[in-house]
Amino acid sequence: MGLISRMETVFKSKMNKVLNRMEDPRETLDYSYEKQLELLQNVKRGVAEVTTSKKRLQLQRAKLIQSNEKLEKQAREAVAADREDLARLALERKAALQQQVDGIDREIAELEKQEEKLIAAEKRLSTKVEIFRTKKESIKAQYSAAEAQVKINESVTGISEEMADVGLALERAENKTEEMKARAEAIDELMEAGTLEDLTGGRDDIERELAKISTQTSVESELAKLKAEAGGKTKTSEEVKGPEGGKEV
Amino acid sequence: MIIRIMGEGQYRAPEALCEELNEIDNRIVALVTEGKNEEFRTELAKLISRIKEKGEAIGTEEIMESDIIVPPEDLSLEEARDIFKGSGIFED
Repeated sequence: MGLISRMETVFKSKMNKVLNRMEDPRETLDYSYEKQLELLQNVKRGVAEVTTSKKRLQLQRAKLIQSNEKLEKQAREAVAADREDLARLALERKAALQQQVDGIDREIAELEKQEEKLIAAEKRLSTKVEIFRTKKESIKAQYSAAEAQVKINESVTGISEEMADVGLALERAENKTEEMKARAEAIDELMEAGTLEDLTGGRDDIERELAKISTQTSVESELAKLKAEAGGKTKTSEEVKGPEGGKEV
Repeated sequence: MIIRIMGEGQYRAPEALCEELNEIDNRIVALVTEGKNEEFRTELAKLISRIKEKGEAIGTEEIMESDIIVPPEDLSLEEARDIFKGSGIFED
């Protein structure tokens, strides 16, 4: 059996779920219309959910980018202080974070696609729902129950197909959103547990080392300054006392 | 012949297209079984582009039943497997 015919079987069964035939076929119209409005609401909710997930990922991305910038600055400082080992460490961490950022970028792009699709689906469905509403009223007004049957079958089947299509698109988008949510949670957990925190965190070891270097540098420079000052004085005393004064230095 | 491309809408296409679609469909089935993702993607894209080339888009205002339902272009290989198994969201 081909993919197309399999798809049709799946589709027909989805359609039957939204198609509930009532004793008076005209009631079928009203029931279907109710279901259509419900589905439209669900699609709107679906769009909102995708947008929320996307925003969450964008926030995480911004945090990671910030950490990356910090690591790059640290690497520069380490190179300036002639500490290649520290620079290497910072760059390795940066590369690991960049992988996460790339992953998030792909997910954001995927969610954007889902968002667009759902918005387009909502637009198509709402046009059809509006037309169905008008048609439904005219069928109810013009035909007896028996006569209405054929007309109802046509329009209800047609719209049920659209509903099955939108319903499946919604389910797929929800699945994707769930996956992304799970990933976003996993990243949050890694950050909380300190696994990524080690890479991004507040005063990490690279920062401590760099701080030590800068303390050392300032101690050295102050010392040199003091020595220079002291040296100046010694020199003066040397001039007075002659070669013997040199011993003190 | 009315064809629905899932997630995109309906197209009116000549009956003659059916045979060509069948051929592509058969290749897709084989590729899904063999798990060849890239070729699967290419064939699925071809299936859809042929319908758009030969067919004529039906306006959103029209409400009608389709003769053929074609899966969406971004269907993953895993989802195609689910369709054959009748599992996941593609349960009958």
